[in-house]
Amino acid sequence: MKIFFSTAVFLILFAVAAGQAQQNITIGLTVSKTGALNVDSTEQYRGFELWRDQVNAAGGIKAGGKNYKVQFVSYDDESNGKRVQQLYSRMILQDNADFLFSPYSSGLTATAAIITEQYGKIMLTTGAAEGKTYTLGNHSLFQMFAPGTEYLKGALDALKSKDPKATVAFVYEDASFSNSVVDPAKAHAQQIGLSVIFNEKYAPNTTDFSSIIDKVIASKATVLMGGGHYADGSTLAKQLYEHKVPLKMICLLVAPDSPQWTELGDAAVGVVVPSQWEPQVSLKAQYGPSGADFAKWYKAKYNAEPSYESAGGYAAGLILQRAIEQAGGTDTAKVTDALNKTDITTFYGRTKFSTAANEHGLQVGHAMVLAQWQKDKSGKSVKQVVWPLAAKSASLMYPIH
Amino acid sequence: MIDGLLIGCVYGLAAMGLSLVWGVMDVINLTHGAVTVLGMFGMYLLFSAFPVNAYLLLLPVIVAGLLLGLLIYWTAVHWVIDRPQLASLLSTFAVNMIIIGAGTAIWSTSPYNVNYTLRGITIGAYTFTGNHIAAAAGAVIIALALELFLYRTRAGKAIRAVADNREAAELMGISSTAVLALAFAIGIALAMASGALVSTLFPFTILSGATYQMKSFVVTVLAGLGKPMGALVAGILLGLLEGAVTPFIAVSWIPVIEFGLFVVALVAFPKGLFAKATA
Repeated sequence: MKIFFSTAVFLILFAVAAGQAQQNITIGLTVSKTGALNVDSTEQYRGFELWRDQVNAAGGIKAGGKNYKVQFVSYDDESNGKRVQQLYSRMILQDNADFLFSPYSSGLTATAAIITEQYGKIMLTTGAAEGKTYTLGNHSLFQMFAPGTEYLKGALDALKSKDPKATVAFVYEDASFSNSVVDPAKAHAQQIGLSVIFNEKYAPNTTDFSSIIDKVIASKATVLMGGGHYADGSTLAKQLYEHKVPLKMICLLVAPDSPQWTELGDAAVGVVVPSQWEPQVSLKAQYGPSGADFAKWYKAKYNAEPSYESAGGYAAGLILQRAIEQAGGTDTAKVTDALNKTDITTFYGRTKFSTAANEHGLQVGHAMVLAQWQKDKSGKSVKQVVWPLAAKSASLMYPIH
Repeated sequence: MIDGLLIGCVYGLAAMGLSLVWGVMDVINLTHGAVTVLGMFGMYLLFSAFPVNAYLLLLPVIVAGLLLGLLIYWTAVHWVIDRPQLASLLSTFAVNMIIIGAGTAIWSTSPYNVNYTLRGITIGAYTFTGNHIAAAAGAVIIALALELFLYRTRAGKAIRAVADNREAAELMGISSTAVLALAFAIGIALAMASGALVSTLFPFTILSGATYQMKSFVVTVLAGLGKPMGALVAGILLGLLEGAVTPFIAVSWIPVIEFGLFVVALVAFPKGLFAKATA
């Protein structure tokens, strides 16, 4: 009996001691497993997941002499803001999340940000470009994506260099993200002297674009820019193609970056997309893997090319990891400080957060590129980087028909 | 405008089922939207399993619709048919929620697509997609088939008799229960057929039925109850209205105008544009 007892005590002490060396970090996040944002959100989640699995395989995040194993607590937000509200509260209060990653999309992230700020928790946002969220006074939000104001600048500059007489039609989703992109784009177009002759928003979840398309045809615009997310963007592209609208350039947000875009067949070719990241852009990474390695591992695990949503997810993990390392632990104040001081280049690009009180957390270091789907010699559709010229892997196809 | 005409045919078909059921048994079928979505999913599932001409798959969808209609009739409608209208309204509303709930559990609210495309026709700068043309043709053919059925067959005559005066029909030896069940089944089948046609035009989710329920109401009220061809024409009018108005205003105003029309129809034409004068 005595031997049994002392052995048990010894084993318990041993387990506790062993446990001390290995600790867990819990990161809370939601994924849109259902609903209209499903495609984009899944790609983002895969970025998070790949980072977590690799960090853990390497022994965890090493900070302050300890090894921190990363675990996720995640739920399906159903692409629905009310669910985001409930779930982020739950993850903070019941699941004891140390840090949070945002859901996918500007709209859902704005909702999650209210909750995380309320409880003073750090949230890294990715898949969310709307800048307004950071102007409402926050302490612990950190944006990975270049903000909406940057999206269409490149597309408009590229267009101006090819065809200064082009006439532009903006057709876009009436939602926080697309509004945050198109409003500054209109101003930029005017500034560089491009003529905007048509402008119309459509309600989210619109599936019938035929009346808008007829109006675009009647306006005789030669370029169309806009869209929103995958569901509406892909439907709009399909219907533009079916109606044989004579456009010289089509630039849509988000949707064309997904590897699923090729399902549209011929309707997919020639469409341009502003991108947060493309595998062809080669940067020297100061921290973390190279872009080529990231793309290789991603393809091996998921049998698909990574989109910029996936890159954003992985990069969010890297930046948080580095901040924890720099802070020597998981203390919120120290990690916040480390994130505020971040100015580093990873495979994803340069990441630097604004520390000004009126836009804390806004991404100010990251530059965007323009990608276009083109047919290669074998007839397969591939995405090429076409702008800026210094980063391009192929020339912009213009006109597309 | 022509796009409006084409989509209007589909609206008309969608409304025909609602109009028939309402006219024959004075039941406002609130499952109409949900059943339309079941038609969309039916086409999607059949097309995924048998990638043939999607329009051939309409037939099994219609058959499924008839069976489903009989099921809904016997479980939810038959028992409340003689009670005040509120009872059948609540009963069909309950079935509607059940269908949407079950559908969401199975398919979630993600969008689905039926990827079948027919070549379109191009006139000048405008192209009319083959799918729109086929959907409109399908709607018209089914409407004509229904007219033939109602006016040239005994069963059809029985339905019209029960719609006119149920007691008199029963006195003439017509089993009103069988007739009501058949009429309801046809109504559901029509809704499912219109859903199946719509699925080839746009992506849909389990919640897409609400739009068609609303448009069907507007069309039915406009046309008057119980006249299927009237519903088709009113549907076309609605489609044309949409086509005529959208070049001049933002697309989001369309429901406002449609429901404005709804109110005007209720006030100015309470029996509908095409209702025959009752003796």
